Amino acid sequence: MIFKHADVVFCDGVKRTDIRTEGGKIAEIAPDLHGADELDCTGLTVFPGLIDMHVHLREPGFEKKENIESGCKAAVKGGFTQVCCMPNTNPVTDSKVVVTYIKARAREVDLCKVHPVGAITKGQEGKELAAIGAMKAAGAVALSEDGKTVVSAKLMARAMQYAADFQLTCLCHCEDKDLVDGGVVNEGYYSTLTGLKGSIRAAEDAIIAREICLAESLDLPVHICHVSTYSGLQLIREAKARGVKVTAESCPHYMTLTDEVISSFDTNTKVNPPIREEADRLAVIEAFQDGTLDCIVTDHAPHHADDKNVEYDSAAFGISGIETSFALSYTALVKSGALDLSALARLMSGNPARILGLEGGEIAVGRAADLTIADLNEAWTIDPAQFVSKGKNTPFAGRKVFGKVKYTVVDGAIKYEEKRHDHR
Amino acid sequence: MLKRKDLLGLYDLSAEEIDEILTTGASMKKLLRQNIKKLPHLQGRSVTTLFYENSTRTRCSFELAAKYMGAHAVNIAAESSSVKKGETLVDTGKTLDAMKNDVIVIRHPMGGAPRLLANTVKAHVVNAGDGMNEHPSQALLDMLTMRENFPSIQGLTVAILGDIRHSRVAKSNLFGLKKLGATVKMYAPRTLIPKDIDKMGAVVCRSREEAVEGADVVMGLRIQLERQHGGLFPSLGEYAKYYGVTEEIMKYAKPNALVMHPGPVNRGVELTSGLIDGETSRIEEQVLSGIAVRMAILFLLTKEEL
Repeated sequence: MIFKHADVVFCDGVKRTDIRTEGGKIAEIAPDLHGADELDCTGLTVFPGLIDMHVHLREPGFEKKENIESGCKAAVKGGFTQVCCMPNTNPVTDSKVVVTYIKARAREVDLCKVHPVGAITKGQEGKELAAIGAMKAAGAVALSEDGKTVVSAKLMARAMQYAADFQLTCLCHCEDKDLVDGGVVNEGYYSTLTGLKGSIRAAEDAIIAREICLAESLDLPVHICHVSTYSGLQLIREAKARGVKVTAESCPHYMTLTDEVISSFDTNTKVNPPIREEADRLAVIEAFQDGTLDCIVTDHAPHHADDKNVEYDSAAFGISGIETSFALSYTALVKSGALDLSALARLMSGNPARILGLEGGEIAVGRAADLTIADLNEAWTIDPAQFVSKGKNTPFAGRKVFGKVKYTVVDGAIKYEEKRHDHR
Repeated sequence: MLKRKDLLGLYDLSAEEIDEILTTGASMKKLLRQNIKKLPHLQGRSVTTLFYENSTRTRCSFELAAKYMGAHAVNIAAESSSVKKGETLVDTGKTLDAMKNDVIVIRHPMGGAPRLLANTVKAHVVNAGDGMNEHPSQALLDMLTMRENFPSIQGLTVAILGDIRHSRVAKSNLFGLKKLGATVKMYAPRTLIPKDIDKMGAVVCRSREEAVEGADVVMGLRIQLERQHGGLFPSLGEYAKYYGVTEEIMKYAKPNALVMHPGPVNRGVELTSGLIDGETSRIEEQVLSGIAVRMAILFLLTKEEL
């Protein structure tokens, strides 16, 4: 297949050229290529296939919220060619069986590449290590306790060491439950205004600091999930400066929202860690600029309406984000002038591939032909009714954004093409 | 004119709306003082109190307010209802709506629950206290009591001491009193002061003396024993010693400054017994103001339809 007249995003800038794919790989990059199967990409921008290393596909166990099929449809609609799904399934993804099941379902669905993340401990109970070697052999690409923190620092240290033998990195959800103390929003002006129980930054920062200390002591890599605080980012920045092998991610909602949104009591704003203040939001953008943050992830957390149409305290945490991530990130980071397109491609593709050792991540001859093709000039309004994910839970309904995914190409095959009736 | 479907909090109300409720409440109170308890204002209306938290004072006050005005009043306590069987608030609201309730008075341990109910039902919703959010009828009865003892709320200084962090009463009073032009000072152990309350207009003080200095009204808020177990202060005794309001501390207030408390009081903790039972105490008067102001709320919300 030949992608014609595209503005192609390379590591070092954007160039107008053609791309030829063959056998699922990028075979040739040059102007004026010709062949039988051509796709005119005039006016469109081609990114290396986007990778979201933090999503919840909910299968097995919570198919009412999402399943592998609906999640993968949403992923390719959002421009994602590869996703890493978190282990808080039922049963927990802590064994070869569950990893194998997820991989098999994803193969049947045959849309994007799905990489399971295994639990660090059996049943996410924080007591004994999960079957790390067996999960790796079955296709797990990383380990995470996901919505939980491994409470025992000793066990966490051992997990990092054992995982390193299998070239697996621990992705750490950082939350000191004792400090959170039942908090559901950021502690600040708006928690006081609403009377919703607040959680202080230290609840997140204390565990970020702990994981950095472990990585430094053991000289092993660690990855910090969905950072939301300016102070946590400063801990990571300082650790990176002295050579600690720490990487980190944040999400579109932390770069675009402040906790003012909770004053409506809209449960779609309930997410963990909570949406924080303007200083934090600005720090997230700055951290994307200076390399403190390596990746944009969605923490795509689809929920059924029943899980959200309840009291704020009772509502489930999470945002269905995979269909809005690219546009929100492009609008907040590139359209605003904070970053260039190559930097956005690194955050949404190159760095996740490097951190997890995945294929793709870059448009270069010999790489997997994973491409995300978007119209950057198209403005559109986010409407959850148009989501293909089962989870319609978004705080962004009605928000105007730029950047519409037109085609998602996985291993050289078009897995998503925007239909005309989707346009509107 | 109070032209809104629901009364969810004082944060949303204008000074004019608050004034209208207080003026109507004052009229109701005059009638109550004459022992008139058979008014026609709510005849043919149904009022249901839906309480997810224990309460004697507030539930009883709303029920009597409804009955004194001729309404059909029904009480639902969450322990004895289908809530125990796992029904959601939204579904409970739909059921109460289908039964042709005109007003639902809700108390709930979670902030924002009355708003969720209000968004669901056609009935008028009155917030009778939601988590740490608001308790508008309590603040209104406090303000009615103040208004009857001073020429105006404008220019008053009100000192609030006690568990402010967990208090919906403190916040509703802050929002309401600020709108009517009063100064609100607060003092409590730092563990019981919520973040950024000063940015909402409260003057957060560093001592009891500073808080009470020049106050026209000194309001105590209940200190719950479970906060001690939560590590927020060492003991009720230590609280009383360093944070309680005593006759000595009241000397810093204006002469004859009023003593108020939403109840129930821990004698000798927030306030000394001498203050509670003293001449400047308005704690019992607050209770009568409570019925009057709740009558005013129920009447004004349903008035347009009559």
